[in-house]
Amino acid sequence: MNVGVLVFPGSNCDHDCQHVFQEVLGQSVQMIWHKETSLKGIDLVILPGGFSYGDYLRTGAIARFSPVMGAVTAFAKDGGAVIGICNGFQILLEAGLLPGAMLRNKSLHFICKDVHVRVENAATAFTEACQPGQVLKIPVAHADGNYYTDPVTLAAMQANAQIVFRYCTPDGKVTPEANPNGSLDNIAGIINPEGNVLGMMPHPERCAEDILGNQDGKLIFQSLLKAMKVKA
Amino acid sequence: MKAKIHVTLKQGILDPQGKAIEHALDSLGFKNAANVRVGKYMEVELKETDKAKADAQVKQMCEKLLANTIVEEYRYELTA
Repeated sequence: MNVGVLVFPGSNCDHDCQHVFQEVLGQSVQMIWHKETSLKGIDLVILPGGFSYGDYLRTGAIARFSPVMGAVTAFAKDGGAVIGICNGFQILLEAGLLPGAMLRNKSLHFICKDVHVRVENAATAFTEACQPGQVLKIPVAHADGNYYTDPVTLAAMQANAQIVFRYCTPDGKVTPEANPNGSLDNIAGIINPEGNVLGMMPHPERCAEDILGNQDGKLIFQSLLKAMKVKA
Repeated sequence: MKAKIHVTLKQGILDPQGKAIEHALDSLGFKNAANVRVGKYMEVELKETDKAKADAQVKQMCEKLLANTIVEEYRYELTA
């Protein structure tokens, strides 16, 4: 599989994503500078975490106008697999590739810790290596992860099983206490109606190998390999 | 022309910064302060003398970039 990791000025999880796909999963990875306008030969696009453009104006608001985003939009419309992690998720929201918007965390704090998320939809290309309802421990690191959308969109997302991950307790209960940032309906990750664009706030690339003591994040990437019928 | 643009969270959307400031005002003794909303203020100079054209441009800027209308509202004034 040819993985394209986008690099915006201020991306800082780009090399983590490269490491996981290249060294842990043995795939070929191309780093794609945001000035590029082509995604030729790429099977999977990753929008990594970080602080693109210093989070100026709003998170992701400026990155979404980077030249490469035109190609990403065309790639996504063609059914290409796209995953946005943390700041990447924020960029996908600003670009309108996923519905909704991010607000500042309810506590106003930057939150950097392990959280638990429940796999609400295991029938996606990003989660098919997970069991339905499986609880994953994955770290978050963000100040703007308080997901918001209007009630009509939320109802449509619930009806279409577009809410893929929800913050939960270690034993899988979705409670207000398990919600780190005030996110609507405990939303931690969503997918588009077509099922090829996923955004998530937790960082699976930070927990995808044994030496880090947690491999839960690897399931997301293994799902993609499985969906694309690639051997790891 | 110059546009003076204000962007704030929509009414009904929780503004945690506003809430924190409201509590601080309260502890300073301003017991009558309520509903504090925090926003952004931007100035944009436009090489445009026609007010209607400038107005249309600023509106587009707000809709496309300066505000995220899912969660924010904007208002602006144009001065010569």
